[in-house]
Amino acid sequence: MAYSDKVLDHYENPRNVGVLDKDDPNVGTGMVGAPACGDVMRLQIKVSEDGVVEDAKFKTYGCGSAIASSSLVTEMVKGKTLDEVAAIKNSEIVEELALPPVKIHCSVLAEDAIAAAIADIKAKREEQSVQKASA
Amino acid sequence: MQVDFSNNYFELFELPVQFDVSQDHLDTRFRSVQRYLHPDKFAAASDAERRWSIQAASFVNEAYQCLSAPIKRASYILSLNGITLDEETDTQMSPMFLMEQMELREAIGDAPDASDPYAALDKIAAQLNDGRRNSADEFSQAASNEDWQQARTVVRQWQFLEKLVSEVQSLEARLDDAL
Repeated sequence: MAYSDKVLDHYENPRNVGVLDKDDPNVGTGMVGAPACGDVMRLQIKVSEDGVVEDAKFKTYGCGSAIASSSLVTEMVKGKTLDEVAAIKNSEIVEELALPPVKIHCSVLAEDAIAAAIADIKAKREEQSVQKASA
Repeated sequence: MQVDFSNNYFELFELPVQFDVSQDHLDTRFRSVQRYLHPDKFAAASDAERRWSIQAASFVNEAYQCLSAPIKRASYILSLNGITLDEETDTQMSPMFLMEQMELREAIGDAPDASDPYAALDKIAAQLNDGRRNSADEFSQAASNEDWQQARTVVRQWQFLEKLVSEVQSLEARLDDAL
């Protein structure tokens, strides 16, 4: 199956591969997996006090489309607020990377990874505010 | 000898729907059905009968392949119970499990650069085989308790292990080629 030029570009020069400290209170970590192909994706966002994504890193084990989807997503989220990030849909990834129907699940994986990372940072912040309130 | 297309694979092999099956039983029954459906036996038959024999042979073959592979057998039992794996759409897995998967993937990626790549891969393969055996045991247990959610979780995780097993095998083949 032929990959689009954009997928190849992200696959050969992935942006923002790496890891952020998952114990940092300002870092949200999302991990998801797709049993169909055994892909595993970790997406992390570093969020400022006022809820803007300052940095994003990913590590994906999977096919070219899964790597490209997560690489693209790390570029998309930077500078956005958490609400804006939460509104990112997998269809935007499909369109940008020109993914064929059999690879749409790779973009679903990336969308779900963002959602998991947002849920993680929100849970951390809630815990902090509870601790502050009870202090 | 009857091949009834409305039978499920277990019925076709005269087995109860359960995970633990005897491979000997599967092999014996498969061979006897194959003999019965052999094209030579249908040489003088009508077109309709010949067509039926070809369809029946392919049905029996499919059933045999499915029941002989533990993970396929497990997935099939889930589908008979109306449980779907949603393997492309449901990406929520236990974080602990995904962490282990990441570590395994890293270990596989590092293996070719190890001082003894084959030993490194053997170690990973042994770990994966333990995981597969555990998956089979856990599935068997969950299915006999009719705990289908647990059974589904086991199969979804098991799929990652099978994928890694084939990756280790192809990596070994690449190492062989490089010798």
